[in-house]
Amino acid sequence: MVSEELKEVKKDTALIENISGSEIVIRSLLAEGTNVVFGYPGGAIMPIYDALYDYQDQLEHILVRHEQGGIHAAQGFARASSKTGVVFATSGPGATNLVTGLADAMIDSTPLVCITGQVFAHLLGTDAFQETDVLNITTPVTKWNYQVTDASEIADAIAKGFYIASTGRPGPVLIDITKNAQLQKIDFEGYQPCNHIRSYKPKPTIRHEYITKAAEIINQAKKPFIVFGQGVVLGNAEKHLEHFVNKTGIPAAWTILGAGALATDHPLNVGMVGMHGNYGPNLLTNECDVLIAIGMRFDDRVTGRLDKYATNARIIHLDIDPAEIDKNVQTTVPVWGDCAETLPLLSRLVKENSHNDWLKRFYDCTKQEIEKVIKPEMHPENDVLTMAEVINILNELTNGDAVIVSDVGQHQMVACRYAKLNTSRCNITSGGLGTMGFGLPAAIGAKYGAPDKHVVAVIGDGGIQMTIQEFGTIMQFGAAVKILILNNQFLGMVRQWQQLFHDKRYSFVNITSPDYVTVAKGYGIEGRSISQREQLKESLQTMLNHDGAYLLEVMVGKENNVFPMVPQGRGVSEIVLAANEI
Amino acid sequence: MKKEFTITVYTENQIGLLNRVAIIFSRRKINIDSLNVSPSEIEGIHRFTILINETEEVVRKLCRQIEKQIGVLKAYFNLDSEIIWQELALYKVPTEVIQEKAYVERLLREHGASVVVLRKDYTVFEVVGQRQETDKLVEVLQPYGLIEFVRSARIAIIKDSKGFNQKLREFEYREPGEEVIENEYLNQQKEVFTY
Ligand SMILES: Cc1ncc(C[n+]2csc(CCOP(=O)(O)OP(=O)(O)O)c2C)c(N)n1
Repeated sequence: MVSEELKEVKKDTALIENISGSEIVIRSLLAEGTNVVFGYPGGAIMPIYDALYDYQDQLEHILVRHEQGGIHAAQGFARASSKTGVVFATSGPGATNLVTGLADAMIDSTPLVCITGQVFAHLLGTDAFQETDVLNITTPVTKWNYQVTDASEIADAIAKGFYIASTGRPGPVLIDITKNAQLQKIDFEGYQPCNHIRSYKPKPTIRHEYITKAAEIINQAKKPFIVFGQGVVLGNAEKHLEHFVNKTGIPAAWTILGAGALATDHPLNVGMVGMHGNYGPNLLTNECDVLIAIGMRFDDRVTGRLDKYATNARIIHLDIDPAEIDKNVQTTVPVWGDCAETLPLLSRLVKENSHNDWLKRFYDCTKQEIEKVIKPEMHPENDVLTMAEVINILNELTNGDAVIVSDVGQHQMVACRYAKLNTSRCNITSGGLGTMGFGLPAAIGAKYGAPDKHVVAVIGDGGIQMTIQEFGTIMQFGAAVKILILNNQFLGMVRQWQQLFHDKRYSFVNITSPDYVTVAKGYGIEGRSISQREQLKESLQTMLNHDGAYLLEVMVGKENNVFPMVPQGRGVSEIVLAANEI
Repeated sequence: MKKEFTITVYTENQIGLLNRVAIIFSRRKINIDSLNVSPSEIEGIHRFTILINETEEVVRKLCRQIEKQIGVLKAYFNLDSEIIWQELALYKVPTEVIQEKAYVERLLREHGASVVVLRKDYTVFEVVGQRQETDKLVEVLQPYGLIEFVRSARIAIIKDSKGFNQKLREFEYREPGEEVIENEYLNQQKEVFTY
């Protein structure tokens, strides 16, 4: 009789296979549910590409045109889908090309696992061909990084990487695998996902006394005000936020990355905070008596001058990252934890309420902003097109159901201010790092992350030229991205600052453009350029209806400015509605 | 106001962690006055002792950033009054000077120096003490042909009777997945060591 125990052993040994480290990489990714990788091959990662060859039907690989494009695509994918984005790059230049994307993903808390090839372990430190110290270059811009020199470590490193990237406050992870480890064959016993690391605590323990205290303060507040950020989205806490807002009747504003976590047309959604946010939420930040910050980090673009921020408020800060508490703004009550857990606890303790007089103050501000800024931008009196009217018509046509990916600059601010958003994960933009060139590749990734949605990339004539090579990726893999170039023939945002703060000394901001329609045509992408108001609606509709990628260039006013604005170094209540108020 | 703070960090024994911890300071242009890294009493766990001169607010924020790093178990910070701390200093002096000049020997004795190595050409003394003390002896020996001097980083132990050992052992025995109550203690430094 063979014992039960031995039968188990027999079963186990049957599962053990002798395979290469490279194949373990692919198997591990598949075990994590990865179905698309954005990457670019090269010498030091060739064994992994060789293994991939046999798994093409299970693991789609998108060959980007530059590793920066690859990592931005993975970011767009992650942010649209809530999954972890995966990137492959080779050693040396391949790896260094990832740095901008890593920094971007780090500051915007985007879960990524980047796998880079590295030279043979015995060559480390010898200045070998395409050897760079990738680990040390990327340490400040990764949540975690690790170098694997033996195949036996690969599965564990990848498991740890996915766990770290996607839990707690998410972020990018880089795993550098030496070529010998990729080639080495070992007995592989199967993939074990990671769910615990003793020196990593994804979520701080919730302190109930702080929740009670926060509820007390909220219940007494006369003019409470909510500012929510991407933490709500990352925690999948949108419903909890909505419930909290509805129950308390508290006006709620959002940071650029929080956009859409509460539908933009929700009556208590009072708009965007920050440098180019809406008038009301900025101005009234200094009138509120309780500020409830949910999953946001008080970036300086949000707070303006700190000593003039929320001057009358007690601060309740809900955040999963303890290092964010008291970092910039001193809190009265720190509510540590995942807001998906703390918000429901808080909701239970707060009383049903309404703050109609206070809410009306926000609406009054909106009226002023409409009068002075929004109306003139949406319905200009001259023939020159504005960015705002383009976004406005886009809203009309998509009804807020498209994923809007923006690049960086004036068009980004306009897109974020005016986009109608029904749900979260529909506004993808480089917030913390402000990376020009992010838009096009991120939109490609977003299309893979949200294949059933329209993905519209709103990009300036500067930013598009930073990563325009990704037209090639679209051409080859057919991502049906709608590229909307808002061309003001300037590096608009910089020009705006030069106009307002440097006596209109336009130093190297007039940028020329190629004929985008022809360029796109070269890549097999259909396109059109327009400059007349009558063409706007019809051309946007054509763009959306087109089967596949499409490029629409809209020539807009050259020297329009984005307002309102909290000038740098000023307090939020010093927000101005027009240039002559600065 | 800036004061001298001793930061104690417990970490996994992993390559690259020293860099992760160090760049938290350098990124903010904060100078590390001394740094000691060595294995703790628990296998696999290393102890950093970092000395900086900063305001308490800055130090608290730095500790939160350190704790955030994966691989870091815990970061504490203390004022000099809360710890017992020492540095080790070695002094190399020509042996003939000591032989010839009796008062040099007296000076060394007064400063609590003891002989580590005695050779014909030179003698190495050690002093365990605080910065002022070891500095003072350098000054004193300088005119007598001090050949070489070296000082270790500060190491420190907590005055509170409980200390870290208990807490560390808890880390070691923790079952996977169980919640660890931490972080919060950074906010109430005073109570940390009564726990
Ligand atoms: C990689 C990078 N380089 C430089 C900048 C600085 N910058 C911010 S906005 C901007 C102008 C962007 O111009 P454009 O893409 O034409 O957009 P617009 O502001 O005109 O809408 C520049 C240069 C940046 N954010 N990112």
